[in-house]
Amino acid sequence: MNGWILAIVQTSLLLLCAPLLTGWVKWIKCKLQSRQGAPPWQPYRDLFKLFKKEVVLAESASPIFRVAPYIVFGVTVLAGSVVPMFAIGLPTAAIADVIVLVGFFALGRFFLALAGMDVGTAFGGMGSSREMTISSLAEPAMLMAVFTLAMTVHSTNLASMTRYLLEQPLQLYPSFVFSAMGLLLVAVAETGRIPIDNPATHLELTMVHEAMILEYTGRHLALMEWGAMLKLMIYGMLLGDIFFPWGIADSFAPLPLLIGFLSLFLKLFLLGLSLAIMETGLAKMRFFRVPQYLGLAFILCLLGMLSHVILEIN
Amino acid sequence: MALNLVYLTIVAAFGSAVLPILFCRSTVASKLVAFILLGISGLSGILGGGMALLGKVDISAELPIGLPWLHCHLHLDPLSGFFLFLVSLISLMAAIYGSAYVREYQQGSQPLLPLTLFTGLFVVGMDLVMLADDAFSFMIAWELMSVSSYFLVAYQHQNETNRRAAFIYLLMAQIGGLFILLGYGVLASFSGAFDFSSMQAVELSPAWSSLAFVLALIGFGMKAGIVPLHVWLPQAHPVAPSHISALMSGVMLKVAIYGFIRFVYDLLGNIYWQWGVMVLSIGCISAILGVLYALMQHDLKRLLAYHSVENIGIIYMGLGLSMIFAGTNHLELATLGLIAALYHCLNHALFKSLLFLGAGAILQQSREHNLEKMGGLIKRMPVTAFCFLIGCISISALPPFNGFVSEWLTFQTALQGTILTNHILTALIPISAAVLALTGALAAACFVKVYGVCFLGLPRSQNCAEATETAYGPQLSQILLAALCLFFGVFPTWTVSQIENIAQILLPTGIPMATSHGWLWLTPVSSDVASYGAPMVFLGIGSAWLIVWLWLHPRRKKMEIRIAPAWDCGFGSLNARMQYTATSFTMPIRRIFRPVWFISENYQQPGENAPGGRYELKVGDWAWLKIYQLIGRLLLATAKRAAFIQGGNIRIYLVYSFFTLLFLLWVVSL
Repeated sequence: MNGWILAIVQTSLLLLCAPLLTGWVKWIKCKLQSRQGAPPWQPYRDLFKLFKKEVVLAESASPIFRVAPYIVFGVTVLAGSVVPMFAIGLPTAAIADVIVLVGFFALGRFFLALAGMDVGTAFGGMGSSREMTISSLAEPAMLMAVFTLAMTVHSTNLASMTRYLLEQPLQLYPSFVFSAMGLLLVAVAETGRIPIDNPATHLELTMVHEAMILEYTGRHLALMEWGAMLKLMIYGMLLGDIFFPWGIADSFAPLPLLIGFLSLFLKLFLLGLSLAIMETGLAKMRFFRVPQYLGLAFILCLLGMLSHVILEIN
Repeated sequence: MALNLVYLTIVAAFGSAVLPILFCRSTVASKLVAFILLGISGLSGILGGGMALLGKVDISAELPIGLPWLHCHLHLDPLSGFFLFLVSLISLMAAIYGSAYVREYQQGSQPLLPLTLFTGLFVVGMDLVMLADDAFSFMIAWELMSVSSYFLVAYQHQNETNRRAAFIYLLMAQIGGLFILLGYGVLASFSGAFDFSSMQAVELSPAWSSLAFVLALIGFGMKAGIVPLHVWLPQAHPVAPSHISALMSGVMLKVAIYGFIRFVYDLLGNIYWQWGVMVLSIGCISAILGVLYALMQHDLKRLLAYHSVENIGIIYMGLGLSMIFAGTNHLELATLGLIAALYHCLNHALFKSLLFLGAGAILQQSREHNLEKMGGLIKRMPVTAFCFLIGCISISALPPFNGFVSEWLTFQTALQGTILTNHILTALIPISAAVLALTGALAAACFVKVYGVCFLGLPRSQNCAEATETAYGPQLSQILLAALCLFFGVFPTWTVSQIENIAQILLPTGIPMATSHGWLWLTPVSSDVASYGAPMVFLGIGSAWLIVWLWLHPRRKKMEIRIAPAWDCGFGSLNARMQYTATSFTMPIRRIFRPVWFISENYQQPGENAPGGRYELKVGDWAWLKIYQLIGRLLLATAKRAAFIQGGNIRIYLVYSFFTLLFLLWVVSL
């Protein structure tokens, strides 16, 4: 029973903290680019404002357009609830393994892309087409990385993966290094950050995610935006769980939980910092360069798998 | 009991073929008789097949028909019961759908009679293939299925394309049949008898057994549509009436899978892992090429036909993994792979029939088969749109629908590849899993395209703007199939435990771990390795949606939703031609995977007859252009060469006959 309560607490904390991570990345980026910048809690104000605003629907919008934000947000929350945040051994972790997690993101993306096509403007279709192209290249790379890790830890269950890695003595697996690099590239592509997509742009030639949600207003837009923030946070947690599992609580006692929470805070703080530095240093890539970028991610993951087969299987 | 029900299935299907001839004066009466009997056949087949599967029935029977020294042997076991269930389920749906759907043909130039006659015979053929327990009756039933479906493809024979497609289909079906016959020939020559039980008993040397395997792989693969033997599929499926396309794509391809499983697992028995590698690579190639070709199609039914190639590829991947594990004596994992493949057979039958029935409804109501002319149909045909959406989600392998479960099981099987001692295999199997991931993601892209272009946005033609919802029969069959897609997605544990009955016969082992944690959890290897709680996922998505909606709903009362024109950048009103089309949607993918297709692009500058310029894109199939056309040219050239003996002079022909006689006498005297 404790587990279920903790799972609910964890999911609500995820919901609460996600805007802060996005705000933090934005704030750091502004500082790095010598701009004043909105405070890190600005996304909360934005969401609050959007929830209060009136919804304007396009005349040509169908029910899909109105259902999509709820599905996208709901599925993302569900995906967040199965990823260990600051404790492992939660009952929700058994609902879905990493492959199902990828399936959740794909389901959300499916509806997001349909919503983009719904109104019948060129922008939406453009965004959907690009998003589906990018994701279809990113998904094999991501699963390849997951498979490599799963071969080492003999599980695709996130909680079991983390527990196994915690129990091992600290050692450097060559396959993990490659997979970490590959998964990082995929995470950048999947969360729509520079150099793949620019979350701050509204220029039709470059936008992907923003193009799909261009017609959204009010609470629908708020849900879509919040969903995107959650996704960033979930990917951050995922990278943390797999590659830096130290500090995560494996019992439900208060002290380990506190340590788990603080370590998560620190991990995401650093991850946000490096993301902001990367986004400041890089320029957005031309869309037709993306296949090469994701090809690199796939090759890295493949190398990870091969090095696992060659070096680590005795 | 189960066998009697199966007899009823066959008799009713035969009745639905033959009885309408008695009522040929009245189309309504013949139609009613045909479809009601087909429905009865479907119902009793569902019951009979289901009982055979759930009750682990194992009945043999011998009918005193056939050759004097070879009676017709019949056999019903869980494997045939499972596929009989599939065939009957889809023929029931076709019966519900068809009676309203064929109204279109009643006023047409064709009489309805050939359609009902050959539909009935087609179903009889498929049912008999499942029951046959000797090679002779198997081949008779197989040919009955092939030939009657030829007449169904050729039903609207006034169109040139239909005749051509039907001819190619018949040709390839016959060649495939020949290979199967040769495969049985190898087995029969060693066992000395045609019945399956003596074929099972005989032990073959590795070389002969591999030869029989390759013959069966080609023969059944021709019917199943593996690459490069798939070319008849995208030609034949679009031209048949839609409920027939659903039957052909949904279950006839599965009959080929049934034949392959029966041949390899049951008759050959001793499986080598090299065969598995072959099947796995064929599966990978079929899956990826099928989905890539599907992406470029603009004819809705042709696109769905290419997706059948993709899904058959996924089924073969599962089978290939299972055979690799069976060949290396990891029987539990072999069972898991087989279950994944069989589960995907079930799923593909459901969602592909659903999509074909939906496509038929669109075709009939909008008179458009080109995606580029569709759009906005969700407002005109809401029920079809809703069911089609479920079909799209299922085929894209997204949770919590059924397509996801079988792909997840295939992934889990592939992940256990580390258990193998052969390290090349250990490295290759995860790559096949990556191919599966790419296939799934591209399928999702394809169905976003289909749904977005066809149902969403603004209508691109007058016909689509004026389309109306279909009749109740077609709606009902689509709703039922959509509900089944959800059911088999949400209750995978129960389904897996039933399909396990089949594996227990073929590979004498089960996977007790998979279902040991109750109906909520599916844990194929063990709960530590991987688990999927499908009902929880469904509940989770539902409750997350409900909570958010309830939380936001009260706001709607305070603030009305305002309906306004879509944002047009201030340039004036938007029209349907400004939307993204199917061609533009897939342009990035076309550019990335360019060498996969034969592409010819033609752009004409704006001129007098084309004020906006003209863009023409042709996407061809390399297999057709490079292999089949080459074979065709070679055949024609040889025929021309051979024609020189045809002198037209009767004396020369008499000389030919004389020498032939001499030759035969010599042969006889040897």
